[in-house]
Amino acid sequence: MLDKVLIANRGEIALRVLRACRELGIETIAVHSTVDRDLKHVRLADQAVCIGPPPGSLSYLNVPAIISAAEVTNASGIHPGYGFLSENADFAEQVEKSGFVFIGPRAETIRLMGDKVSAKDQMKASGVPIVPGSAGAIPDDPDEVLRIARDIGYPVIVKAAAGGGGRGMRVVHNEEVLLSSIQVTQSEAQAAFGSPVVYIEKFLQRPRHVEVQVLADGQGNAVHLGDRDCSLQRRHQKVIEEAPAPGISDAERAAIGESCVQACIDMNYRGAGTFEFLYEDGGFYFIEMNTRVQVEHPVTEMITGVDIVREQLLIASGEKLSIRQEDVKFQGHALECRINAEDPRTFMPSPGKIKTFHAPGGPGVRVDSHVYNGYTVPPHYDSLIGKLITHGATRDLALAKMRQALDELVVEGIRTNAALHRELVVDPSFCAGGVSIHYLESKLEHEH
Amino acid sequence: MDIRKVKKLIELLEESNIDEIEIKEGEESVRISRNGNAGMMQAPMHYAPAPAPVAPAPAPAAPAPAAEPAAPVADGNAVLSPMVGTFYRSPSPDAPSFVEVGQTVRVGDVLCIVEAMKMMNQIEADRAGTVTAIHVENGDPVEFDQPLITIA
Repeated sequence: MLDKVLIANRGEIALRVLRACRELGIETIAVHSTVDRDLKHVRLADQAVCIGPPPGSLSYLNVPAIISAAEVTNASGIHPGYGFLSENADFAEQVEKSGFVFIGPRAETIRLMGDKVSAKDQMKASGVPIVPGSAGAIPDDPDEVLRIARDIGYPVIVKAAAGGGGRGMRVVHNEEVLLSSIQVTQSEAQAAFGSPVVYIEKFLQRPRHVEVQVLADGQGNAVHLGDRDCSLQRRHQKVIEEAPAPGISDAERAAIGESCVQACIDMNYRGAGTFEFLYEDGGFYFIEMNTRVQVEHPVTEMITGVDIVREQLLIASGEKLSIRQEDVKFQGHALECRINAEDPRTFMPSPGKIKTFHAPGGPGVRVDSHVYNGYTVPPHYDSLIGKLITHGATRDLALAKMRQALDELVVEGIRTNAALHRELVVDPSFCAGGVSIHYLESKLEHEH
Repeated sequence: MDIRKVKKLIELLEESNIDEIEIKEGEESVRISRNGNAGMMQAPMHYAPAPAPVAPAPAPAAPAPAAEPAAPVADGNAVLSPMVGTFYRSPSPDAPSFVEVGQTVRVGDVLCIVEAMKMMNQIEADRAGTVTAIHVENGDPVEFDQPLITIA
């Protein structure tokens, strides 16, 4: 068992990792920036090291400072949390080269999954369903291109290989305009990104975001812990997540889960990970893999009883996976609301001092938050101040508990998106379940 | 800190060759010396809320759930550590220290070294004056912004 872990993160996830370490008798080292001295986990940790001023690049993204802190405190392992350096393959490599255990996958795995093209190729080889596409840049022969598009099925989307963030894309609904659309996209891509290379993919019009949680020990054993639905998003940021994804049959769940497990074994995955899919008309389409613990991991923990962060620590300590697939059972339904320090209408960040914080409670209610009365939310980092999680025997029960929990939640002194959550948990479409990834934005557009 | 712990510490001292033990737990500390001095309970110290950067010697008593009290308060004239690392007073183990208390320094004079990841970083004086205090011991770990040397 690792004896000392350095927590290279902040906020609620740092507290989550500290709690898991404590339970396992692992000593904790909290590295923090100058404005984060009063973070709850820093106060609770066995040792604390200030590693830099507020800006991320000088603190939580500062690789030499973090490794130096690990050296002076004699850490054995480093847990990167999520965000920051958690999916930085160079960091993982440096950590291991410096003689510490990186609590996560091997650097080469992070690299493999970080490249969207190699990730898709790896998935294809393992039998994980991917978005049908041209498998790379489109050929020069127009007849070939038309054939590829016909095979995919319209509508298709033409994407600039060098583009991103929603730019350099064009949806094509029928064959007549395909070639001209491609030409236009190529010119645009050349002008905007310096490369005319484009590829085409099937365009999904109303997909849901469904992801699968996995655990693998890097010793040939892997399990899946079921799926989550994270379709309620605004600007690609998840707002509410749930497990299991509504409307997916046990057979579908088992099949997609098994393909993810196979992919883990094929790439000798180590640690916790999530396979993200777009789900439409009964089909799963792989988009990317997150090689870290995720914000929404608690909903999976609630329905399976598995402590994902604890498993990460055990795996990193060299333990074989103690969970077999047949041991994994899903009980009831769980929801998570991300509470952010932001205006519920304008979404402008709202840092500042929390005068009063009161967390809800009761059976099936879990609060993962680092804030407390008098805590000052700094302006330098993301706005997540806590996660409100509920679990019930049915989805309706979990929703009812969430409504009550949101009513009990008090955060005074700063603005939060609690008001938005209160609207969403009574929204008829959301309550029915199965809304697409466009639902929240279109709802916000119509109402405000 | 309860009396049973203090008694145990006294026993420890008596059985060993140690002359003096000082233990800090939370905001309290006890120092026990040979030859008569009674253990002193110090009042809680009101330092900055940040816990001490490292604990090279864990307390023999039950480990404190909270982090230990802060290092000495920084005065406005202290040169702060620009990074995390290990503090050294001299360029090598046998060499004399860069500076001593009472020494005058000019801007740019090397005061000490902070070693991070096998690299020796020389810390220079940002002002001229006299060294009035050296807050860290040779070989101690230091954190970002930790007061190292005061130049008045």
